[in-house]
Amino acid sequence: MKSHVLRPLWVFLGLVVIILVVRLFYVPGDFGIWERGYMYGWHRKGSEEFWKNYKVKYRGSEYCKDCHSENYSKLMQSPHAIIPCEDCHSPAIDHPENPPKLEINKSRDLCLRCHYPLPYPTSGRANIPPVDPDKHNPGIECVMCHNPHNPLEGLK
Amino acid sequence: MINRRDFLKNTVKGIVGVTLPLAAFEIIDPKKLFADKSDKADVRYVFLVDTLKCVGCGMCVRACKLENDVPYDAKVTRTWVERYVLTKDGKVWSDSPKGARDGFTTSKIDLNADGFKDIKNEDIEKAFFVPKLCNQCENPPCVQVCPVGATYQMPNGIVLVDRTWCIGCGYCIMACPYGVRFFHPVYHTAEKCTFCYHRISKGLKTACVQACPFGARQLGNIKDPNDPVTKVIMTERVGVLKAEYGTKPQVYYIGLSKEVE
Repeated sequence: MKSHVLRPLWVFLGLVVIILVVRLFYVPGDFGIWERGYMYGWHRKGSEEFWKNYKVKYRGSEYCKDCHSENYSKLMQSPHAIIPCEDCHSPAIDHPENPPKLEINKSRDLCLRCHYPLPYPTSGRANIPPVDPDKHNPGIECVMCHNPHNPLEGLK
Repeated sequence: MINRRDFLKNTVKGIVGVTLPLAAFEIIDPKKLFADKSDKADVRYVFLVDTLKCVGCGMCVRACKLENDVPYDAKVTRTWVERYVLTKDGKVWSDSPKGARDGFTTSKIDLNADGFKDIKNEDIEKAFFVPKLCNQCENPPCVQVCPVGATYQMPNGIVLVDRTWCIGCGYCIMACPYGVRFFHPVYHTAEKCTFCYHRISKGLKTACVQACPFGARQLGNIKDPNDPVTKVIMTERVGVLKAEYGTKPQVYYIGLSKEVE
């Protein structure tokens, strides 16, 4: 059928075909719709691996135990045993290869995260021995006198 | 001209036709049913937060930022801790300075532009800390609104973002009723808590669970009846945030209060 009226229709259909062909190659093969449909069913299978292979940085206190057994066993007998090593010593990552030395947080603010006096009822904070940083030796690092691995052992 | 007999016949046919559901014409595919049953994942991750144990030390926030390479000094975080102070005059004060990355080391409530509010201990009626993170909703609104399908829910319930496919339009950030999504300042894509999928898939705890000295945070599998977290959720009084949104959030709270938003 030859008609100038229908010509735009062929152009339109051609565009649709081109877009569908481009879509076929451009959209990754793992892109699909699950049984939950267009609402919640999107999935990108290829992206799951990316998140699965993300680098683990916090290794847990068990990782420290064998080489630093002295500090570990001391800590385990103190009220601070609940605190993981990496909370103060920063994440181990691949220590001792990388980083060879961990950054230790010795600031007063670290201790005050728990020990600043906030006697809030219905919060675990009320049960922690309070230390008023403005009255208790201001300006001096806590670890100058207290042993964080065993705070009950007495002053240094 | 239609007679009465034909009119009644056609009426009956019409009513039957309209009321028959489309599903009645669908031939049941046994393969599909079988696949449905075997396809069901045996893991569905849930989270349990015990607000009675939380002391607001913020170690979880710090650990999350370092573990997941969320820029440490940027004002964005995947998890945060909120402080709520309810005074005897009926007012509610809450803050979360830097997402509690450095904990709460002052009694002054950070009101941002309105300065600080110091509340005397004797005026406090209730006060507590509430850790927040992605609720990994069963009906995730963030997934629903994504125009390019870059965010998706895995069968284990975790919602992830594909950084290579996200166009950064921000719809998901607006859609989340819990405000857990943000733009990653480096990748310029939507970013959210992944329940540390890289860790839990290796059998490790999430960074925040591991860093918490008080056991206020726990990860569990709701499909395992012997999981301690499942037992708590099934037998104890737990709450979820903004249940009225119908998102079916999967982070459960012990000791939740109505003031928590």
